[in-house]
Amino acid sequence: MSMIRESDRSRIATLAADPQDRGGPGTSLLSVRGLIKHFGRTAGLFSQRRSVVRAVDGIDFEVAKGETLGIVGESGCGKSTTARLIMQIIVPDAGDILFDGEEVGSHALSLGEFRQQAQMVFQDSYSSLNPRLTVEDTIAFGPRVHGLSRRTAIARAHDLLHRVGLEPSRFAGCYPHEISGGQRQRVNIARSLALEPRLLILDEAVSALDKSVEAQVLNLLLDLKEEFGLTFIFISHDLNVVRFMSDRVMVMYLGKVAEVGPAESILALPRHPYTQALLASMPSMDPDNRTQEAPVSGDPPNPINPPSGCRFHPRCKVVATLCAHSEPAPHDVGAGHLAACHLANPESGHPRLAAA
Amino acid sequence: MAAIADALTRVPVKASRGYWTGVVARLARDPTAMVALTIILVIVAAAILAPLIAPADPYKGSMIRRLRPIGFPGYPLGSDELGRDMLTRLIYGGRLSLFIGVAPVICAFVIGSSVGIFAGYLGGRINTLLMRIIDVFFAFPSVLLAIALSGALGAGIFNSIVSLTIVFVPQIARVAESVTTQIRSRDYVEAARISGAGPVTIVRVHVLGNVLGPIFVYATGLISVSMILASGLSFLGLGVKPPDPEWGLMLNTLRTAIYTQPLVAALPGVMIFLTSISFNLFSDGLRSAMEVKQ
Amino acid sequence: MSAPMVDVQRLTVDFAVGAKTIRAAAGVDIEVEKGETLALLGESGSGKSVTLRALMRLHPKSARIGGAIRIDGRDVLKMTAAELSRYRGGIVSMVFQDPGLAFDPVYRVGDQIAEAVVRHTGVSFRAARARALELFERVRIPSPERRLDNYPHEMSGGMRQRAMIALALACRPKVLLADEPTTALDATVQIQVLLLLRELQRELGLAVIFVTHDIGVAVEVADRIAVMYGGRIVELGPCAKIIRAPAHPYTQGLLMSRGDGTAKGGRLVAIPGSPPDLANLPPGCAFAPRCSRVIEECRKKVPAAVIIEPGHVACCVRAQPAEVFLQRSETFSCRTAGLIGADVRPDWRPHTTRRPS
Repeated sequence: MSMIRESDRSRIATLAADPQDRGGPGTSLLSVRGLIKHFGRTAGLFSQRRSVVRAVDGIDFEVAKGETLGIVGESGCGKSTTARLIMQIIVPDAGDILFDGEEVGSHALSLGEFRQQAQMVFQDSYSSLNPRLTVEDTIAFGPRVHGLSRRTAIARAHDLLHRVGLEPSRFAGCYPHEISGGQRQRVNIARSLALEPRLLILDEAVSALDKSVEAQVLNLLLDLKEEFGLTFIFISHDLNVVRFMSDRVMVMYLGKVAEVGPAESILALPRHPYTQALLASMPSMDPDNRTQEAPVSGDPPNPINPPSGCRFHPRCKVVATLCAHSEPAPHDVGAGHLAACHLANPESGHPRLAAA
Repeated sequence: MAAIADALTRVPVKASRGYWTGVVARLARDPTAMVALTIILVIVAAAILAPLIAPADPYKGSMIRRLRPIGFPGYPLGSDELGRDMLTRLIYGGRLSLFIGVAPVICAFVIGSSVGIFAGYLGGRINTLLMRIIDVFFAFPSVLLAIALSGALGAGIFNSIVSLTIVFVPQIARVAESVTTQIRSRDYVEAARISGAGPVTIVRVHVLGNVLGPIFVYATGLISVSMILASGLSFLGLGVKPPDPEWGLMLNTLRTAIYTQPLVAALPGVMIFLTSISFNLFSDGLRSAMEVKQ
Repeated sequence: MSAPMVDVQRLTVDFAVGAKTIRAAAGVDIEVEKGETLALLGESGSGKSVTLRALMRLHPKSARIGGAIRIDGRDVLKMTAAELSRYRGGIVSMVFQDPGLAFDPVYRVGDQIAEAVVRHTGVSFRAARARALELFERVRIPSPERRLDNYPHEMSGGMRQRAMIALALACRPKVLLADEPTTALDATVQIQVLLLLRELQRELGLAVIFVTHDIGVAVEVADRIAVMYGGRIVELGPCAKIIRAPAHPYTQGLLMSRGDGTAKGGRLVAIPGSPPDLANLPPGCAFAPRCSRVIEECRKKVPAAVIIEPGHVACCVRAQPAEVFLQRSETFSCRTAGLIGADVRPDWRPHTTRRPS
């Protein structure tokens, strides 16, 4: 668990005073254990070898109230699938998801109640909006489904439009194709806030925007987080943005957690070779000091039939025979920073540890 | 607080228009589609106003004035094999031909869309079941299927409409299912599900508006096929019965006049051709107008 | 002094869309020497891809191209169809963002490369296959003999991109045009491909024009950077100068909005507004509606190029090089309140640190 900083204590205490809060300040807002999702073709009449895509293969993590957890990884790592599993758009094969201490879909917390408290913002700003509905109708849809009258829902939509920086008198009656990408993404954010959620999952929400617009939207998200007391899960492939936004970071590789912990710790002193490679792969901003050697070779492999043992071992520069046989469990290297690598565990028996 | 005014560029300065307003505007700029639409409207108007504008009685023949050529005094487009005025017969024939052409498509649109959207939205086994049943009908060429069904049901207008509807429902259902499956996986439908909406609400608000358009375009394209099939059925004696005027039936009865008055005998065919191609061109124009490129 | 390999003067590209004309490129001047890499840096709608494609005349006939394009001494705009066909691939080659665009999915990759070689050089198919193998080794595709017989869908994204580079180099061109070739790739693959391109360019002495929206990518590959906005080049200069001391407000804004040094809890310095609508460009400087240093003169006419230093120009009436700190620094937490539209004071300057001397 992350050590709670002083500045965060007051924030978390405020959140615990929120009327929607059930678990109190010590409970994580979201707690995921052993989440698994495999996509497979069922065996045909003549039993064939099933090709199973192990999109998410057993991950555990927590999100504390009021924090931003950044999830990074490349294609095939399962971060988008994780987001959809949390939102229950896809049904998990196994695992527990606890929201504020209560299991989602159980008697204590029905799916409908959960959905009112957790919302998602998608990557593609255009396809996330119904082209036939005006902006205000899109935002008002959620509240109306939950029983609000049309007038109240539209009023709430106008209020949200104002808060995300779009003047209602100009934008409320617009259609998605009439506004720009950055403005559409603001509409998406407004829509996700319409039900007054506590958790917001941002699945590559700024990746498709121009850089100049991306900065505006990130600033907006931070302001909204403070104003509404939100908790974010921020999924991105851009490490700069994740560094700016996140309190804690989780690095995923091929359906597993490679490393998780406080953002400064992970990004300044990564312990997993994959995280190190990922950070080293960021293009250099110093023209006199360009990257001379690629940190890792090959492409991210396919989640079908992942490698045995540690999934990163075929591409790892410090691989040992041990790594191909046994899969490392996440090991605590201090201050809530866990790394799933044999090198991080002094008792693993990795040859390089003995040499040190 | 985030009061970032993002209204510096790309502010919509004129009142935003809805999707269909935009479609109509684009359609109005398309000359081919407008010409086609005009022809359709003229034919439809003529058919509706038949009693007012037709010069003669469509059933009243004259045995001495049979098969007169075009331009014969009193018979602007000639007379048929029983001496009836062709112009009148063609105008009145439009009524039945259009009716038998359009009615099955409308019925098939309603039934086919419902089946297709239902199957497309639910997906999975129900989708497979429904679509494979539909596929069975695709094993038969439409003409043969129409003839077989009409033969089984018997001749007559109502039976022809039923058999043509049955022929078209699978085609429209397949288009509907395919479009619905595409729309279903869009992010905004997922977002609607996350908002807690039930399937009926989602279909009503998000799916229908986006799906009916393409299905409608496909259906307008089917009208021309339907008219030709209906005329074919009448030609074979399975549709409209004489002495009712209908273009296909008229083609049949004027068959033997091909050698003596070829122009007159071809006239009903010309009308079928003109109407079909106008519907086709209009349907194409509508499809282009509906494609909004961002 | 010999003429540059790529010499583009006053390039304009106009597209007719319905009743309107969109000027996607409005007077672009580019010079690239042999063995040099120029990066065209810009966002969507800046005209960078349009400019690039004009160099190979890849636009439809309805597009009107004005100005002069001379590559390797040849006038590209006056070429006949036959000359164009020899030119494309033989003198100038292009690498695209989506490798699927270059390869036909129903033929093997090796055969496609060999076909291109045969068509341009007239050698036998077997010799062409040998050349394809040589190219695959050059672009570091593992197990090249086996990969030659792969279909495009059997290869991963990074490998397809390498294969596309191989295809582009098959006929020994002198100029390589790269249109965002790494944008769709994962970070670990992107850096491999960038290093490969740099290495190949050094080995083969190519002139490269590299279009990208990512500043980091531009820094990794380019000798000079041209920043484009609204269809024009707004700043041009050596890579180090542009990154460390940009003069144009747009470039400064782009560099600062990266958040490299922004402290946690601070706000990013964001450029307000959205990229311009090319169908409705304002009469003066295209960046004026979003600029924090705008004055009346900026809106009246398009600013001419101001020479900051030899080799470094900026098209801005108030061009002022400002040192932008890119390391972690606490001095970077400035609020964006001062940036919004009408609230901006005319003499507002972006918050940059002056290095303590």
